[in-house]
Amino acid sequence: MSIAAHSVVEPTAGTRRFAGSLVMLYAVITMIPLVWIVLTSFKSPDDAISYPPKVVFQPSLEGYCNLVTTRSRQTPDFIQTLGPPQGLCDGIARDRNMVVAGPSNYVPRFINSLIIAFASTVLAVALGTLSAYGFSRFRVPLKDDLLFFILSTRMMPPIAVAIPIYLMYRAIGLSDTRLGMILLYTSVNVSLAVWLLKGFIDEIPREYEEAAMIDGYTRFQAFVRVVLPQATTGIAATAIFCLIFAWNEYAFAVLLTSGNAQTAPPFIPIIIGEGGQDWPAVAAGTTLFLVPIVVFTVLLRRHLLRGITFGAVRK
Amino acid sequence: MNDLSATSQIAYQAALVRPRVVRRIRGLSDQALAWLFITPTIVLLLAINIFPLIWTIYLSFTNYRANRPNVPMRWMGSDWYQSILTDPDIWSAMQVTAHFVFWTVVIETVLGFGLAFLIDKKFRGHGIWTTIILLPMMLSPAVVGNFWTFLYQPQIGLFNYVVGFFTGNAASSFQMLGDVRLSPWAIVIVDAWMWTPYVMLICLAGLRSIPDYIYEAAEVDRASKWRQFWSITLPMALPFIMLAVLFRGIENFKMFDMVNLLTGGGPGSTTEVASITLKRAAFESWRTGYSSAFAIILFVTVFGLANIYVKALNRVKSR
Repeated sequence: MSIAAHSVVEPTAGTRRFAGSLVMLYAVITMIPLVWIVLTSFKSPDDAISYPPKVVFQPSLEGYCNLVTTRSRQTPDFIQTLGPPQGLCDGIARDRNMVVAGPSNYVPRFINSLIIAFASTVLAVALGTLSAYGFSRFRVPLKDDLLFFILSTRMMPPIAVAIPIYLMYRAIGLSDTRLGMILLYTSVNVSLAVWLLKGFIDEIPREYEEAAMIDGYTRFQAFVRVVLPQATTGIAATAIFCLIFAWNEYAFAVLLTSGNAQTAPPFIPIIIGEGGQDWPAVAAGTTLFLVPIVVFTVLLRRHLLRGITFGAVRK
Repeated sequence: MNDLSATSQIAYQAALVRPRVVRRIRGLSDQALAWLFITPTIVLLLAINIFPLIWTIYLSFTNYRANRPNVPMRWMGSDWYQSILTDPDIWSAMQVTAHFVFWTVVIETVLGFGLAFLIDKKFRGHGIWTTIILLPMMLSPAVVGNFWTFLYQPQIGLFNYVVGFFTGNAASSFQMLGDVRLSPWAIVIVDAWMWTPYVMLICLAGLRSIPDYIYEAAEVDRASKWRQFWSITLPMALPFIMLAVLFRGIENFKMFDMVNLLTGGGPGSTTEVASITLKRAAFESWRTGYSSAFAIILFVTVFGLANIYVKALNRVKSR
């Protein structure tokens, strides 16, 4: 007999095994669509649309090549007059009587996504930290009303806000610019950031700052050198949620951007090949787009639980 | 101990701060600093959220069309509101939205709570499996929703193949996205797949917040496991479950991206949730005034329902 302190409430080994197998079953089923995206990205177009769906196939980089290039169809005679293929993708294209005409828009769209998502995350977290500290520590008139106002801005359907923002951006020249999208995503994220971070900063004892101020720190120095280091976990959790939103956002992006500032989410679904959607290329674009966020999730998963409940759960 | 070691470090670091910066900031009272910290956020929200909202309210009383900015504007009064509230198409969009919100919230809550309950048994390796389960909610609803149209293809799609394999119907005998009876469920399935983990996370937080000593006391009183679940686990996790329902309810009421790419509202208007109706009116028919009025109606609805719900939530919490 073990004499562990919590033996009465600990589940038995059998219960655990049963719970574990059910959860694993769910996890495996839920992973199938994701695995299928990655598999499809390495299929040739014919394998991708075969019946029954192929699990074993000859891997091909055609999807990735089609994703990053545009191609034009040529006659075999013309292709013979050309020299040897320029690189891997040209070789794959020539097997299908095509030549690579140039790069596609995927890379610029991806770079837009990176710039807009990271810049707006940094801005939202910075503004959110300052406001959260202000709301947490100082007497602010109408504090509760202001906080509720900040939260309520998140309840608006994006399309509803998109109409006047479209008109406003058109009037001041921000439509289809990265700056416009950064400001927009920052404003959407900042409400979440204030609420999340206020929960975290509320938990940092005021005594730390007060001790620092007795030692001759100003309030601002105490904030920078005492509070900020203590709030790192909260800042990390907030940053993940802001980044996930900004990286994945679609509604504003599809309505407010067309060329210059378009991010990847509106672009990936419109990748088409000859005769319908080019599924291996779409899958390749999707896979590359998912990689950063999956890496991020796995690295920072411990902060997610606290972030999602507005800091309500203590470690 | 932390305080003591911090003190000497603080004194050291204070000496390093440039005097000019110190003088400039020391002059600020706490009140001034509070406003300095809060104002940028408020200004940004006023400029990009509140100003457009007020503009929307104004436009909703006019016949403005964004694609014809030169046509003089005419004041419409509350005409748009009246025509929207009596429009059968709008009511059908609201019904589609209600069906979508209701079933996604029910399925996600049941599955999410069940999973959280199982994960809370802390079986070996539960951390890794939890992370795997979380993945779908991290992904872009638009990009992944688009890929589901491939999985739902009648002849070549994996979903149809698997369903056909297990039910014995031919994979091409049903169309998830093309059939008026199935398409409302097609969007529910994808949303449940994506967002069950979110509900699971919140429920898990709730279950972890229940202290062990309550269960120990129940064991001492010889309460059955079944009784413990209904009298301890569920009531104590209820505020968290309700929070999850609130978040999912608001999000799905606004749902646009996933449905837009999966079905675009079709076939016909069987999956045309409110946001898609709104987008069609605003950015395809360019009826800016009309769609502004509809936007305001939607916003008031979410806002009102959320407020009522939060009141109920607070009552449960304070119990």
